[in-house]
Amino acid sequence: MAKLSYREAVAAAMAQEMRLDDRVIFLGEDVGAAGGVFKATLGLFDEFGPTRVRDTPISEQAILGATMGAAMTGLRPIAEIMFSDFFGVCWDTVVNEIAKARYMTNGDHETPLVIRSANGGGARFGAQHSQSIENWAMAVPGIKVVAPSNAYDVKGLLAASIRDPDPVLFFEQKAMYGNKCEVPEGELVIPLGEAATPREGTDVTIVALANMVPKSLKAAEILEKEHGILCEVVDPRTLVPLDTKTILASVEKTGRLVTVEENPRLCGWGAEIASIVGEELFWNLDAPITRITTPHIPLPSVDVLEDLVIPSVERIVDTISKMD
Amino acid sequence: MATAKAKSSSAGKIKIDKSQKLELYRIMSECRALQQRAYDLFMQNLVKGTTHLGQGQEAIAAAFGFAMREDDYTFNTYRGHNHNYVRGVSMTSILGELMGRDIGQLRGKGGSMHITDSSKGAMGSYAIIGAHMPIAAGAAWSAQYRGTEQVACCFFGDGTTNIGTFHEALNFAKIWELPVVYICENNQYMEYTPIGDVTAVEHPAADRASAYGLEPILVDGNDVEVMYETAMAALEKARKGGGPTLIEALTYRHHGHSRADPGKYRPDDEVKEWKENRDPLYGYRAKLLGEGIDEAELAKIDANTEKMIDEATEAAKNSPPPPAEIAYTDVFADGGAEWRN
Repeated sequence: MAKLSYREAVAAAMAQEMRLDDRVIFLGEDVGAAGGVFKATLGLFDEFGPTRVRDTPISEQAILGATMGAAMTGLRPIAEIMFSDFFGVCWDTVVNEIAKARYMTNGDHETPLVIRSANGGGARFGAQHSQSIENWAMAVPGIKVVAPSNAYDVKGLLAASIRDPDPVLFFEQKAMYGNKCEVPEGELVIPLGEAATPREGTDVTIVALANMVPKSLKAAEILEKEHGILCEVVDPRTLVPLDTKTILASVEKTGRLVTVEENPRLCGWGAEIASIVGEELFWNLDAPITRITTPHIPLPSVDVLEDLVIPSVERIVDTISKMD
Repeated sequence: MATAKAKSSSAGKIKIDKSQKLELYRIMSECRALQQRAYDLFMQNLVKGTTHLGQGQEAIAAAFGFAMREDDYTFNTYRGHNHNYVRGVSMTSILGELMGRDIGQLRGKGGSMHITDSSKGAMGSYAIIGAHMPIAAGAAWSAQYRGTEQVACCFFGDGTTNIGTFHEALNFAKIWELPVVYICENNQYMEYTPIGDVTAVEHPAADRASAYGLEPILVDGNDVEVMYETAMAALEKARKGGGPTLIEALTYRHHGHSRADPGKYRPDDEVKEWKENRDPLYGYRAKLLGEGIDEAELAKIDANTEKMIDEATEAAKNSPPPPAEIAYTDVFADGGAEWRN
């Protein structure tokens, strides 16, 4: 198996699906000839040409509106919103149009589409190019939300998202684009709604997403070595649909839940998981549920401040080692 | 600044025969009856929620509905009952939806502002101003990509010309030369405010056309034959790969913005002028009589329209409310609303 970077896995998944299905088309700013500002779509323009890989103006509302219109009329478009922060200028199209179209029309409209976007911090880009907004998306009925933590999952989950009949918001954590792991060269599809458990343990369940997964795995290593605490790390991979079975089974075993979230504190995705576990497994808990999040602040730019506020390996180790 | 000049016709070369004239009259007449009945039903407290009616604006919908190919796409706003009706959505489905009955087009899940039937090319009624303009561009892009020669027609009000999507969509449509026709129904008021009070140019759509490489087209939206000629020219151009068209059709709404609005902000003599002298339906009736069409033929259409609307009203009234379980269906493609396992 070859090693692929997280960014190469994006292009690999799209190429895989575009070869299989000529209804799959792709649009966004600088995505074609330039291969994307993060170079995540390099090679697609050369292979599929300008009718299937289309550069757009800086018009996010037009990009997402056109994506929806194409999806409603038989195509399977993929759009790129360069930075997830830019959903602020086209959120209407996502939440009022794309998400509600099927329900409002009593099942008439079909909107099989994927919106990819670079999400999250760690690149020192400041408050308007670093947000983690997966919790905004999770709050809207009618869209699926995917946030992979490694190149293998990027390829398999993006392919599944493209094939999915529902609209999918696909969040790529931009600090992870260079991370490599082994990814099969052949067809890979990972069903949406199945959590992964990259580390098993008996003492504490850590539920982490995207870039918080490698940090949690590193923290789990340290916690075992230095504190003798065996952590199980669960990566939901998709927030909608949410694999609560895997999470609940893990917490039932460990009796302790910690969520590690990059989003700001209030209404982060972990709050929903904490609520589910609190309602359904309260009597199995041996300790209060603990959420490790970015504080409720916009992200600062400079490295010393950004690293201070986004959950770190040290903060995860410190928090868990002090749990009852 | 260059200002759009009103044209009596954008094409002017199309011969409209008698049977076509009668069809245009019939469609307008049915639209008027549908909207008038919707108004009457909400005065009787039988309509749930809100309604945005299109009395006075029927010529635009009727002309396009008549001119469009069966597989063309219509995108319209919440003031969209006429646009859906002319594509084949039934009076019963529309009135049923307004009344929140199970027989309604969307079984009460959408309401007055969201009538849709994509099987008839009625691709939705959009209630966020301007949101549908790029969506229509996307449908046109899809038609262009699939090579089907379908055209997307997107109807919107004068107020829409001041929101960002109007400008994004027109630029987008032009750079990709998409088969889309944008029709601004300039009824002269954005909700409660005269459009001229809040717009930098005199003609809110036509005066912006040149910014997007488009020809300024300003037509009398209450003259159904002018609208038909304009529609045919724009549709043919789009179908042949000639790209998008932006049309500003001057019209007037007979009622207020929505059911909550009596429209008192408009001068009495202005309303009187448009209702008495520039009504698209009655004006056309007089024109056809002047051309020698027998009044009995028009009366026959009128009588049939009355019968249709009465039957539709009864069918809608006799339908029960929708069953409770449909509140939880069709959030996702599997038919349900489940977000967890």
